[in-house]
Amino acid sequence: MATRQVARAGPPLMNIVKMKGVPILQQLEVEECLLRTSSENWCIINDGTDKPNIVMGISGKPAELVEIRPVLEDKIPVIRRFTGGGTVIVDHGTIFVSFICNKDDVADVQPYPRPIMSWSSLLYSQVFQGIADFRLRENDYVFGHRKFGGNAQSITKNRWIHHTSFLWDYEARNMSYLKLPKRAPEYRLARDHLDFICPMKDYLSRSDFITRTIDAAESHFSVESTEFEAVKPPSNMKFTPTSRLLTNQELEAAGNTSI
Amino acid sequence: MALRIWASSTANALRLSSATRLHFSPLSRCFSSGNLHSYPSNSPSLCSFLKFRRQNRNLTYALVSIAVLDGLKYANSHEWVKHEGSVATIGITDHAQDHLGEVVFVELPDIGGSVTKANGFGAVESVKATSDVNSPISGEIVEVNTNLKETPGLINSSPYEAGWMIKVKPSNPSELEALMGPKEYTKFCEEEDGAH
Repeated sequence: MATRQVARAGPPLMNIVKMKGVPILQQLEVEECLLRTSSENWCIINDGTDKPNIVMGISGKPAELVEIRPVLEDKIPVIRRFTGGGTVIVDHGTIFVSFICNKDDVADVQPYPRPIMSWSSLLYSQVFQGIADFRLRENDYVFGHRKFGGNAQSITKNRWIHHTSFLWDYEARNMSYLKLPKRAPEYRLARDHLDFICPMKDYLSRSDFITRTIDAAESHFSVESTEFEAVKPPSNMKFTPTSRLLTNQELEAAGNTSI
Repeated sequence: MALRIWASSTANALRLSSATRLHFSPLSRCFSSGNLHSYPSNSPSLCSFLKFRRQNRNLTYALVSIAVLDGLKYANSHEWVKHEGSVATIGITDHAQDHLGEVVFVELPDIGGSVTKANGFGAVESVKATSDVNSPISGEIVEVNTNLKETPGLINSSPYEAGWMIKVKPSNPSELEALMGPKEYTKFCEEEDGAH
């Protein structure tokens, strides 16, 4: 997948890939492959995933983060992704937006977590301008004091990914699969999930959000659309993604340790 | 006198052993893009520099000291190497840990594996991000710091001592010569920070 970016005048090129209903594990595999093997900039937008999945960060421990018994009984997949950060449950109501960038193409942003997070908040401030009281609060996207978007990153020597799962809508019952995390932002104030989060649908439509996000990206980059089929790694590619589905045995072992 | 007190507090803050020397000489100061940097005007090897770190949205700044140790070599991806006999110890610098934030998880390779100069061997997690850690030199991994599994914050509190990450038997010791010394690395950090 490594390709050379053609030198050009003007802002750097950003390839926009719009998808709908792609399984989240597949999305994560494509993202990690693009991060590690491509030399281009990418904005991946996945408008909903196909079925509910729990997605933990790289250091996530299921015993601490997930209600193991109901997850096993209801056969909810649990994924450990390649980026840092916390645990989310995603489904058709989640909109995913990921930016994969060469650090030199975002040259005023140091390739460290906090500057990248700040840069992202400036971009999304444009998206939500005039619509809602958007802000970045302790690395979460919030309207007021309620979280509607969770962020995570992976940073390599010359590139980084910043990806977000936006709660356009969610099913309240799905939140019961998640435990209250030990590490939580201060502003959460020990609120349970339903008091802590809010749906984006109360503020704008899915299509408006996606359009406004692409418009915001255009203010930083020169954007071009690319089909998802063109970015899927070829079968002969020698790259092994690290995001993976946890096995039932792993979840059962975690369930035994949490008793 | 003030510099010696500051040196002592920096060493204490980084949990540096008494065997580790910090050299100081008269410093000159300059302002650069809103940062206050201190660097020695005539020292053969710099060991520390000051910078302002923005604390919050209200533009409050805190003065922090960033240590760069004598006797180590440095990569431009902010890892350090200490070569002693047949073994080289590797970790990330004080500059790196300061920029990364609180480290909550460390991914380390297995003993017996190999590392290649400028390629990743592990990762640290901080502030919702995984960040690759790259090896400054090539060689065979002979030891990993298992303490980091239970106490990843050692990388923040003691980046040059208790927070070491791997020990390597170098396969090409000449690679060390291409790395930066402390003075060069300090200048590199100041230029990198000053550019943003």
